[in-house]
Amino acid sequence: MDSFTNLTGIAAPMPLVNIDTDMIIPKQFLKTIKRSGLGRNLFDEMRYDREGNEIADFVLNRPEAKGCQILVAGRNIGCGSSREHAPWALLDFGIRCVISTSFADIFYNNCFKNGILPVTLPAEAVAHLMKDAEKGANARIMIDLPAQTVTAADGTVFAFDIDPFKKHCLVNGLDDIGLSLEKVSAIDAYEAQARTQRPWL
Amino acid sequence: MTAPRTLYDKIWDDHVAHRSDDGTCLLYIDRHLVHEVTSPQAFEGLRMAGRKVRAPEKTIAVPDHNVPTTTGREARIDNEESRIQVETLDRNARDFGIHYYPVSDIRQGIVHIIGPEQGWTLPGTTIVCGDSHTATHGAFGALAHGIGTSEVEHVLATQTLIQKKSKNMKVEITGTLGPGVTAKDITMAVIGATGTAGGTGHVIEYCGEAIRALSMEGRMTVCNMAIEGGARAGLIAPDEKTFDYLRGRPHAPKGAAWEAALAFWRTLHTDEGAHFDKVVTIRAEDIAPLVTWGTSPEDVLPITATVPDPESFAGGKVEAARRALDYMGLKPGTRLADVAIDAVFIGSCTNGRIEDLRAAAAILRGRRLAPGVRGMVVPGSGLVRHQAEEEGLAQVFIDAGFEWRLAGCSMCLGMNPDQLAPGERCAATSNRNFEGRQGYKGRTHLMSPAMAAAAAITGRLTDVREMMAETV
Repeated sequence: MDSFTNLTGIAAPMPLVNIDTDMIIPKQFLKTIKRSGLGRNLFDEMRYDREGNEIADFVLNRPEAKGCQILVAGRNIGCGSSREHAPWALLDFGIRCVISTSFADIFYNNCFKNGILPVTLPAEAVAHLMKDAEKGANARIMIDLPAQTVTAADGTVFAFDIDPFKKHCLVNGLDDIGLSLEKVSAIDAYEAQARTQRPWL
Repeated sequence: MTAPRTLYDKIWDDHVAHRSDDGTCLLYIDRHLVHEVTSPQAFEGLRMAGRKVRAPEKTIAVPDHNVPTTTGREARIDNEESRIQVETLDRNARDFGIHYYPVSDIRQGIVHIIGPEQGWTLPGTTIVCGDSHTATHGAFGALAHGIGTSEVEHVLATQTLIQKKSKNMKVEITGTLGPGVTAKDITMAVIGATGTAGGTGHVIEYCGEAIRALSMEGRMTVCNMAIEGGARAGLIAPDEKTFDYLRGRPHAPKGAAWEAALAFWRTLHTDEGAHFDKVVTIRAEDIAPLVTWGTSPEDVLPITATVPDPESFAGGKVEAARRALDYMGLKPGTRLADVAIDAVFIGSCTNGRIEDLRAAAAILRGRRLAPGVRGMVVPGSGLVRHQAEEEGLAQVFIDAGFEWRLAGCSMCLGMNPDQLAPGERCAATSNRNFEGRQGYKGRTHLMSPAMAAAAAITGRLTDVREMMAETV
């Protein structure tokens, strides 16, 4: 997994609330057995018409969103299906950071596993950044994960909270499984004890 | 004296294999359910790292999401990508030595239906699956999470999940449900009241008289949609109904082990005075048969209501409601009971169990699908299908003009050929009414099996209570 420390980039605005993972990556693209190549189909049914032509007024098709690496979204983004294809599609498209007032649990976790930083901020801060996002390259947003801040184009700094362990993994691009396997003796001990306490399992 | 604990607290405490100073835990996983869509990349990850499945005996695989529900599928799946996914699961199950129910096996079905059916799902256990509806298993007093594919790989390799403890939320349903009101209406009413993010960061324990009165099938329906309310899991404390359901299931404990398990299971309830961070109480008497009108499961209204005006909402929901009505092709003020449908889908991990088929068949018996309406019944498992045939329910559906399908997720998410055409409107017993969920530009109204059956007969969204009056 790629590490995430600092990012300065263009943001795309998606103020819609409850953006679900079916929107982010529709089910017809879940038939892959790979993680890569899904960026083309990110938000597919909102982005293309039936003939596969780009829908001009969809945010990611607008010229000002070209090269965007940040998504500023309405509340409860990522609700619905647990499909990790959603962050895979975002990442493959080039999005490294999603900012919202709230995230659905599974999507939030899935972002971290793929080097995408989900940032939760209060409504006023998200509204401020949403305005920046509407200005495309004229209003770059700066994210500093080690310092836990997002800086808007006008210099306003918003601090955000993040779980220290998740931050540590993301900053260092660490592989969860490798870390957990370092604790294999604790898992062995737990299994031995559970076998005595709940032998029917 | 230990402080009073919730059911969630107890299961959590029993499964912490390692705790770091910051509260990050390795939660031990007792049962890992695997399906074809969210697992290939996880197994590939294991292979690339040269890792094994740590506990293959606790890992169960079944293809369900993209398998066709028509006959002949065991010989050949026409869609190449789907076929490759299913073949990949076949190979992974064989290579890693995990329990497997292929499509040729009568026990094959939707992962959340066969887990309980085969007795893999037990009270007090932790269960994960790369599928958000894993919450279903909470009906047995099991802590059941949906996880992403990276976490699937993590569980395969370590039999643990990296977790921090969630908050406790209590949802109490007091009183008694009225006629024609079901478990589906309870779970939809809760989401309607709390919103799709109402449970975020929480594990919900459902309790109260109306929950106790539900069968195990009904309880699974309630817990199934906990995720639609944003919760990490839904739980119901086990009781005699739970034990009766499990007794004699193939993978439930037997003999002395059963007695020992039973003694432990009886301790699995929230202690008097335990703390909940959030409490929601709903009177069962206040719940009417519900339908969704929009494209979020929180867009819930009684069947007697009218389509809402987007301007009546607040904040970002105004725009979302406008978009939803445009997508759904509905105008504010229209009576929901006047909305005509094109299709009916009865099935899914929410409502694909035998009791659901009985409820729909009870309304359909001796009646027919409205002209021009297409109806599809997809049993949740091969065993549900078999039982429905034994009970004569299959014939009721066939006589009514429904297609009687093989088990799978089917039109709940339309990954297989079972899809709506653009603009088609469906009365569905599934769990999500998202844009495009059942097919590109398809329009979904969620409801209970009895309500879907009523809509099938009239060809429009219908208050099932009117049909029940006719029956009497």
